[in-house]
Amino acid sequence: MPEPFAKTTSRVIAIPRANIDTDQICPARFLKITDKAGLADALFFDWRFTPDGKRRKPPSFIDERHNAGRRILLVGDNFGAGSSREHAPWALRAWGIRAIVSTSFADIFKGNALKNALLPIVVSPERHAALVALVAANPDGEWTVDLEAGQVKLPGGESFLFEIDPFARTMILAGTDEVGYVLSNLPAIEAWEAAHPARVDTARA
Amino acid sequence: MAVKPRTLFEKIWSDHVVSLGDDAGSLGDHVAASHPGAPAILAIDLHLVHEVTSPQAFTGLRERGLQVRKPGQTVATADHSMPTLDPSLPILDELAAKQLRQIEENCREFGIPFYGKGSPTRGIVHVIGPELGLTQPGMTIVCGDSHTATHGAFGALAFGIGTSEIEMVLATQTLLQRKPKTFRVQIDGRLGPSVGAKDIILALIARIGIGGGTGHVIEYTGEAIRALSMEERMTVCNMSIEAGARAGLIAPDETTFAYLKGREFAPQGAAWDAAVSRWRTLPSDEGATYDRTITIDGGALEPMVTYGNNPGMGIPVTGRIPSLTDVEPAARADLQHALAYMGLAPGSAIAGQRLDVVFIGSCTNGRIEDLRAAASVLRGRRVAEGLRVLVVPGSQKVKKQAESEGLDAVFKAAGAEWRESGCSMCIAMNGDQLEPGQYGISTSNRNFEGRQGKGGRTFLASPVTAAASAVAGVVTDPRTLADVAAQPVAVWRSAAVEAH
Repeated sequence: MPEPFAKTTSRVIAIPRANIDTDQICPARFLKITDKAGLADALFFDWRFTPDGKRRKPPSFIDERHNAGRRILLVGDNFGAGSSREHAPWALRAWGIRAIVSTSFADIFKGNALKNALLPIVVSPERHAALVALVAANPDGEWTVDLEAGQVKLPGGESFLFEIDPFARTMILAGTDEVGYVLSNLPAIEAWEAAHPARVDTARA
Repeated sequence: MAVKPRTLFEKIWSDHVVSLGDDAGSLGDHVAASHPGAPAILAIDLHLVHEVTSPQAFTGLRERGLQVRKPGQTVATADHSMPTLDPSLPILDELAAKQLRQIEENCREFGIPFYGKGSPTRGIVHVIGPELGLTQPGMTIVCGDSHTATHGAFGALAFGIGTSEIEMVLATQTLLQRKPKTFRVQIDGRLGPSVGAKDIILALIARIGIGGGTGHVIEYTGEAIRALSMEERMTVCNMSIEAGARAGLIAPDETTFAYLKGREFAPQGAAWDAAVSRWRTLPSDEGATYDRTITIDGGALEPMVTYGNNPGMGIPVTGRIPSLTDVEPAARADLQHALAYMGLAPGSAIAGQRLDVVFIGSCTNGRIEDLRAAASVLRGRRVAEGLRVLVVPGSQKVKKQAESEGLDAVFKAAGAEWRESGCSMCIAMNGDQLEPGQYGISTSNRNFEGRQGKGGRTFLASPVTAAASAVAGVVTDPRTLADVAAQPVAVWRSAAVEAH
């Protein structure tokens, strides 16, 4: 069961690229696992290592020494495009990321992130440009992401509000997931099923 | 009282809402106790499962002490990490072997029908669903795979989900969902020679971008869509996710019913007639409105090829790779990065780019008509010297059908490899992959960096374009081959009698 999560304060890793797909976040060959272990090492693997396994020089974003331990990502538009693999948010969480700021997220990634208490924070293109400039000017400034207040506090005292799906927010703050909620609605599900016979029987011999 | 015209999507959605959640306005018959801010609870008719994204979901079920609620509405196969070599050989990749053992054990423990190694109906999950008649109009279908949109070709609401959602569906046969918006993509006119479904969808994604459909369910309409076979419609819907869309839909019609009739899990007898009557009510009503609409002239489309590192970076095969000055200043760094990865010169022609590998297969283009189209080009020809050509059928049934038509002999005589079914080089998890720096033209769906093998460089194209390129050894406009140019794609695709 996940832990409740409400707030994180951290410096920011900026990756100024749009359309970062889940094959970049966690390459497919790391999908052969049957648990969730070891994924921190898989994160952005092919950006960090050459095809023959050497660490790239200069190091890629998250391998830069000063980025170690940072919990907030600032990325370009349409983050998490492509494959539905939940290994992408698992890898980000395993590495330590708790919040990602972008102008938009791919739908499946966004849903998967919320189910793993990884916050997808959507900002306007204007705000995004200002935040990119802020990180360039102040790369070691600390931001605070406060889920309860729906607010990001920037170094220097500025802040902005963000919205997270209200139900997902409730789940993340409580440190629970949605299965219990849906199971508590079982009578309604059964009533629907009584009125809608199954369309197929896959077990039919 | 006048009834508001509804889209195909709205009909399927409202038919499956168990609880409207916080969106409750006009409540249905079965309204659950709501929770502030809760999304709708959506009933799921069919859950498709494969080995790669499901293990952690089954572990979750065990930890909660739950059973699979509707094993008879669930079906599993092994496709992603399955080797496509001789099936009698042991699987050498220990992790893949463990994953394949685990799906089998999970299915046995939870009572889920499983089409595994050795099953004559095993195959890529999105190929076997339609092939077996499990995929039917008006259904909600989910799978832990983004290409689940394929099944939308039948007028089913089908979309990819993550592993947490797989666990939810296994446990409850429902999902929590926010209602997406609707997006009509109308393709008018008639397609030209050597232009097919793959070119339609690559042209759409090039136009709206890989995030262009985010938050929407696309419905494909128009004369060019109506004229497509079921398999071509699957190719179009399959890549809806590459435009960022939640799902893609095509209204069911006589083509749909003719495809389904007699298939193993399709309704039979009186149930068939009742089902067809129900399915006829599904198409969008006259006057139904969409949140967005675009229209594309199908008659103006050309064979498409991608040049970059995402499926939105596509151009006609007669075109030139963009120069940095062709794009918005904000997009230049990404274009520069993509072309550096691909090792391509800005402004150069896409035709004539060198190739090392050709891959024909995948849930996008691995069905029998795709193989017929590729074989029509390769019949009596040889693949270029030094080129590796891999033909991987989408399922064991497709493989058998192709062999009964002699297509395997055509491929082998041309110098191509003929394999067992699976996802293969589309996702490069099973040993079939590009080597670093190699160029491949591929009928699959993603040209992301490293997708087909780390350091590999992918051009996406149709089976006809890939086969013509295999002959020339470089990216080739199939219309430069005189006999290819003379035939509409549809004639080749239907070269043999359909048997199932």
